[in-house]
Parts: sequence; C-alpha cells; structure tokens
Amino acid sequence: MSSQKQKAESSELLSISSIVDVPYNYNAGYYVSQYLRELKENKRILGVKCPKCQKVYVPPRVVCSQCFVQTKEFVPVSDTGTVMAFTVVSVPYTNPNTGEPKKLPFTCAYIKLDGSDSNIMHCLEEVDEKKIRAGMRVRAVFNEIRTGDHFTDIKHFKTIAKG
Amino acid sequence: MGRRTAIVGVGQTNHRSKIPECNGQELIAIAVRRALDSAGLTIKDIDAVVVGNMDHFESINYVDMWSVLGFAGYMKPVLKVTTGGTTGSAVGHAGFYHAASGLFDVVLAIGWEQNSESDTTAAIVTHCEPLIERDFYGGAIGGLASQYSAYMDKYGATEEDAALVSVRDRCNAALYNPYAHLRKTVTVGDVMSSPYIAYPLRLLHMCPRSDGACAVIFAGEEKAKKITDRPAWVLGVGSSHGATYLGDAIAIPGLPSLEKASRDAYKMAGITNPFKQIDVAELYLPAGSAGVAWMESMGFCEEGGGPKFIKSGVTNMDGELPINPSGGVIATNCIGATGLIRIGEAALQVMGKAEKRQVPGAKVALATGFGGCFWSDVTILCSQPRLD
Amino acid sequence: MERIAIIGVAQTKYQRNSPSSHDEMAFEVAQKALEGAGLSIEDIDNTVTCTNDFWDGRTISCMTITDASGSSKVPTTNVEGDGTLGVLMGLMRILSGHFKTTLVVAQSKGSVGIPGLITNAIFDPLYERILGLDGINSAALQARLYMSKYGITEEQCARVSVKNHKNAKNNPYAQLPLDITVKDVLNSRMLADPIKLLDASPISDGACAVILARESETRKISKKPVWIKGVGHCSDTYHLGDRDLSDVGALQSAAKRAYDMAGISNPPKEISLAEVYDAFSYMELMWMEGLGFCGRGGGGALIDSGITEMGGSLPVNPSGGVLSAHPVLAAGLARIAESVLQLRGEAGARQVAGARVALAHGIEGACGQGHCVFVLKS
Repeated sequence: MSSQKQKAESSELLSISSIVDVPYNYNAGYYVSQYLRELKENKRILGVKCPKCQKVYVPPRVVCSQCFVQTKEFVPVSDTGTVMAFTVVSVPYTNPNTGEPKKLPFTCAYIKLDGSDSNIMHCLEEVDEKKIRAGMRVRAVFNEIRTGDHFTDIKHFKTIAKG
Repeated sequence: MGRRTAIVGVGQTNHRSKIPECNGQELIAIAVRRALDSAGLTIKDIDAVVVGNMDHFESINYVDMWSVLGFAGYMKPVLKVTTGGTTGSAVGHAGFYHAASGLFDVVLAIGWEQNSESDTTAAIVTHCEPLIERDFYGGAIGGLASQYSAYMDKYGATEEDAALVSVRDRCNAALYNPYAHLRKTVTVGDVMSSPYIAYPLRLLHMCPRSDGACAVIFAGEEKAKKITDRPAWVLGVGSSHGATYLGDAIAIPGLPSLEKASRDAYKMAGITNPFKQIDVAELYLPAGSAGVAWMESMGFCEEGGGPKFIKSGVTNMDGELPINPSGGVIATNCIGATGLIRIGEAALQVMGKAEKRQVPGAKVALATGFGGCFWSDVTILCSQPRLD
Repeated sequence: MERIAIIGVAQTKYQRNSPSSHDEMAFEVAQKALEGAGLSIEDIDNTVTCTNDFWDGRTISCMTITDASGSSKVPTTNVEGDGTLGVLMGLMRILSGHFKTTLVVAQSKGSVGIPGLITNAIFDPLYERILGLDGINSAALQARLYMSKYGITEEQCARVSVKNHKNAKNNPYAQLPLDITVKDVLNSRMLADPIKLLDASPISDGACAVILARESETRKISKKPVWIKGVGHCSDTYHLGDRDLSDVGALQSAAKRAYDMAGISNPPKEISLAEVYDAFSYMELMWMEGLGFCGRGGGGALIDSGITEMGGSLPVNPSGGVLSAHPVLAAGLARIAESVLQLRGEAGARQVAGARVALAHGIEGACGQGHCVFVLKS
C-alpha cells in the first residue's frame, strides 16, 4: 500500500471520546476507621498486633498475612521512624481521590515507624534526592486541622538525622 | 491426577503505542488468527477460552463477555482472569490448568490491552489502597523506583547498571523482533541523559505503554503431539501473589515473590542449577532496575551480584544465558498481554520458531510475569516432556 | 473426572450497607470456612479469589483481599467473574494434579459504587453505552421478549418473587426475607417495564467462601464431603441485538456438559433441588427451561404447578435465591454454598428433605450471556 493511500485512510479513522465518571464511596471498615479516628482526635499513629507472631502492622488490618490469625490488639507506634526506601517523583501525578495535581517534585517514602514491623507510605518534606538516604530518620509533622484523612492529617515526614 | 500439557501455538499483534485502526476485539482477532494458523487449527478446535486484561484501561466491564467477538467465541466456554500486571502470566497459567485438568483438550489463552484508549496512570493508580496509599503513589513507577533506590544504597548499584539492561533489551528488539513496539536501539548515554521520572529511574529506564494482544494455545499431551511435532512442554509453574499493601511489599531490595515463585517452578521442573540449565529467559522487567535487582531472586547470581551480572555480558544474545531476545517489557508493554507474551516468546524459543530472535539450540526456557503488589509468576518450558 | 469434593463453606450475612470493608468480609468467610471444616490455613495449598475492578472501584481489586483470603503464602489467581467460575478454576487447579485443596473466596460491595453506572460499563462503548443500557433495563428487554414469545405473564414472574422472598425467611444469611403477595409485586414501583422493584434483586454487600479438596484430603474432615459430579460453562455472543434474548442456548450447552459428566439424563427426576441465579424474577423461569426442568416456554406453567415450591418435588432456590440477596460475584458462589448445606442436611429451616443431588447455577454478563452449571451430590 502506498504511503499516500495509508495517510488518506488513517485520516478517516474515527474515534469517540468519552469520560468514564463513576464515583465511589470507599468504606474504611473497622480497622482503618480506628486508625483514622486516632490520627484525627489524638495525633497518634495506631498499629495492630498479631496475637501469634507479635508483629505490629501499620496501618491496622484484620489479619496477619503470615499467621492468618485475626488481629485484635491495637498498639500505638511512634511518630518517628526510618526511611526504608524512597523515590522523588518528577512526572505529573493527579490524585484520583481529589482530582488535584500534586506539586512536583514530591518524595514518596516507605517508612518503618519505631514499634512497627511493616512500612507505611507517606511523603517526605525533603525533595532533593541527594539529601535522602535509606536509613534516614524522620518524624511525622501533623496538621493542626485534622479530618481523619491519612494523607493530610500527617502533612509529611521531616528529616531529623541522616542514617 | 492431571496430565502433561504443552503449548502448541503462539500468535501476537505487531505492537505499537497506538493502533487506531483496531479496537480491542480486532486486536484479539489478529493474535488469535495468527496463533491458530501457527498450529494449523481453527476456532472449532478450541474447547475453552481464558482471556485477561485490566478493565480500567479500556473501561469495559466483564471483558470476557465483550471479547467473545474477537475470537468467534459463540457458544464457547469462556472465563476471565485478572491480576494486574501479572494478568498475562496468570492467564497463561489458567490456560495450562484448563488443559492439565483433563476437562478441556485444547485451550486458547488470550491477553490483550489497548493502553492508548485511556490515561494509563489514572487507571493504574486506583490499584493503590484509597485511604492509606493512593496519594503518594506516583504511578506504576513509584514502587519500582523506591525499590531500586534501596538496592543502590545497600549494594552500590548505579543508574548506569540499570541503563545496561535497557540497552540490551532495546537492542534485541531493534535487531531481532518485528513484533516489538519500540524498535530503535538506545545507548547508556541516551538513557542517562533522559529526564528523571521518579528518582533514580529515568524515562529510558522505563517500559512504554503499548497496544497489543497475544494468544497462546495449550493442549493436553495426546492432542499436543497430534497438533505439532515440537510442542513446548510446560515443566514447571510457580506463583506468588502475597501482599495487600505496597508498604508490605517494597523496601526489600530483591523480589521475594520472584524468589518464591521461581523456587517452586524449579522444583516442579527438576531444575537445580538455574543459570546452567536454562537456555533462554524471557523476563518481565518493567524497568532496567529490575534487570539488576531481581537476578539474585531467580538464583542467577549471588545476593548483591546484580551489577556484576549485567556488566558481564552473559545475558546478551551471544552470552551463556540470553535474556529477553524479544526485547522484553522495556520494548513492549501492552499490560494484559505482556506476561503472556513472555510465555509465548519462551515457547517459540523451545519450539525453534523464534525466527531472527531464536537462541540456537534452546531447549529449556523460562518466562516470568510481574505486577500487582509486587507479585510474580514463573513458567518453565522445555522441548521435551521431561528435563532429561 | 476424579472425585473432588467441597468440604467447607461460609457466608456473611448479606446486607445493603455492610460496615465491613472488602478484606474484613473476605477474612470472615475464609476463616469461618476453615473452622467449619476443622482445617487451618496450612491445609490450603492454593486459593482462587473472585473480585471485579468496576464493582470495587479499584484496579487489581484482588489486591485488597490477598492477605484476607489466605492468598499471601500460596499460589493464587483471580477470576474476574461469577463465583461459580471461581470454583471451576479451583477445581481445574486440583484436577491438574498440582494442588490438593483450594480455598475460593468471592466478595463485592454494591454499596460503594453506583450499580447503574457500573453495569452500563458492560455495554459496548461505541454503540450501546450511550443508550443508557444497564443491568436492569437490559433485563427488561429480555423479560419482555421472553414473556411475549411464550405467553408468560407478569403474575407468573411475580410468583417467583413471592416464593423466593418467603423462602428467605428460613435463611439467616438472606438480606430480604419478606411476606409478600403477587399483588404486592405487581403494585411495586416500576423500574423498567415490565420489571418492578419486587421483581428485581437488591443491592448487596457480602462474601462467600468454599473449600475444595481431592478425595484423599476429605478423610481429614468429619463433615460429609459433597462431591462435584459435573460442571459446564458456556457463553453466548455479545451484542444484545446479535442474540435471541429469549433463547437459552448457552445455558443448555453448559447444562448438557454438566449433566453428561454427572450421568444425569432426566433432570427433574434426578435432581433434588436447584439454586439458580434469579437476578430478576423472570430469569428463574427462563433458567429452569434452559436447565431442562420443563420444555421451552414451560416456565410459567412450572411455577404455577407448585413443583418448585418448598415441599414440591423440585424446590428451586430454597435459600431465597439472588432475589433475596445479590452480592455480585459472591451470589453464584452462594448458590454452591447453599447446595452444599442442603446435601449435608445442614440447611436448618430451609432444608429440602432427602436432598441427594443439587444443581447450582451462576451467570455472567448482561442478560445471562454466560452460564456456569454445577451438579453436586452427597
């Protein structure tokens, strides 16, 4: 097929644009509700302990994945922890929950809070990758106005010491 | 219980970033027709179909029902398997179980994705837990980038090491694979001068998003031998899809799910020395960093040995263990198909049908799938029904 | 086919707006199914989950329940379709020889999204979606075609609702146990002609789990195993306009495969009870015809005859069926779970006396495009 004919044919290809707009009302369930409430009311981060292996998980969840036993005991963990891994994101990113584009660059980090055996995701205040290392110590900075939203009740984690 | 099962046919589209002249059903039709032709079969010979993609990329609910038009599935048994990025490999495994069970003799496995139809990032971020993880996600790359930053810190790996993987895969695609999406070579310099997407990963470290489809035909032992004299026998399958929160899965420099899945697959296949016994590997490496950090998880090198491994050249086409002769995921990523393409490419290798990308004398091939919450699938294929 | 049994079942109480999250529901049924079978998670060597991205509002929706469904440490896969298809997948994995026991968990929460929009997404984006087709009005098209072709009346459809909501009173898991009359159904709010509110299933949250095992494993448990004697699945073509919506060919094909495997030649005589996917009242009549309980067009006469009532010779939906609780995906699995309870003699007030062979049925897609049929035996 000659390239001219191809061009003519492809300019005749139609497409239909549509926006798929399906709103959802996510249910936090019992465990995450406890976590969010404690953040909002007491500026405290809650984990949950497995009765069998004693591991503490943040955020709280109904079952210990290793033991398959229901967790029941909520334990507060420290607001201070260690960066286990991080990335500085430079590509545009829109939060699908709010429709707001995030200010770039932002640092996404996996943080092991003291007292927890699992990592939580949050962002760091520091956005220069040269100043961030795995092993770095960070502390949560809470928002004065809290609504029971993990993303905003904790504003970010600030560096307190290099690892 | 159960029976030996083999792959008897493989077909795929010529993958591109946008295939506007086809809709998803038509992409499926192309791949299916090519697979059937390669095996000398018609759709009437197919006893059951398993199909997979990621719904939100095309915004079609119950794709198994919609897709029947693509493969003339009128009055056929159909079901859908969806597991995120591992969908393609999960579909492959499902096709295997359909045939190995004895309930169906000839089974068609289809993976497809038309990424150009949607905003891939918007669709993918909803996999992140909405109340605890979604805000920081940074797209599919965020987790991979974080993981590599941890590997770099622990073992002194560099961005250049990851770039070598992109160079290898892109060159293979350019030189040998007419089906690949990206078919231009890149150099380490090209990769290192491309902008950061999410530190430490740059644009050219990452896979593209592609439109494409792949179809693989599985058959039980008796039928397989009748259909072709060189079936690709499934010797081992392994799968590890643990972890619900990304926080539980990341920050570990290697890939534990790949370690578990490959260990199980090796055991089933009777492989004790993977590096020596595997002739060619089609690995699901969504970024160059994976080609450094995950090699030890498969037992190809010692812990922390990723950089040395990639720099040694053993994984090039002329090396001892060629990886991704097809160009892998860094050259083509039509997500629902990608894991299945790895299985299909591995099958073509041991069937001797890999054309220009054939590794001479390949008898044992390994294919992996990756996705979801850092999950892995592994498939081992062989030109013989048993390893030796 | 080798002997594979169902050795454990569990269901949540189905309700409109469950306070539990997806993983909390999944864990509840996974744990209960294990406890009921006297097993622990170590006895399970692989799992199958059934979740749907649209219904859950999450891509890779199976990720939400990975840990909760016991899938963290064993091979697992996710069937994005009705729970009956999930059991089929679990069955094939055992028959392949590579696994001994499969835990199957299905869940969904209709409360988190907007079902009309979610089911609108089933339809073709280029030709059909813009028409505003959804689960209810597409069913209305099928109902009208079926009824006018065979002379089935709205009263006969209403009789299905009356029967099933009454049966639900004996089912502690059901969402809508109701004492209603045919007149109540006919007078209920019109949703899409001829489907009225009481002809339609509710929006539900819920989860269900079953455990499959090969024969050698059944000796570990004290409960009576329920054997899978036959299974079949089949799909019609896609566009509503390409199908004869009053036709049940796909169901007949699926049922034939299941019956042949199970050695059943006279379904109404050989089956003790049936749990069928009655998302709408007319569907029970159509599916009974497709399953061979009566001839084509005989659904109306069959419901009138009383044979399918509790106490009749072939009770259909003793649990109250999908009309009484419709957690998408889990609903098909619940048909299997209820059949198992019946065959074990554990169905309490809804027990069908002397139940020996049960038929469980699930559907997939719009207007029952796909069907899956199981024949179970005690």
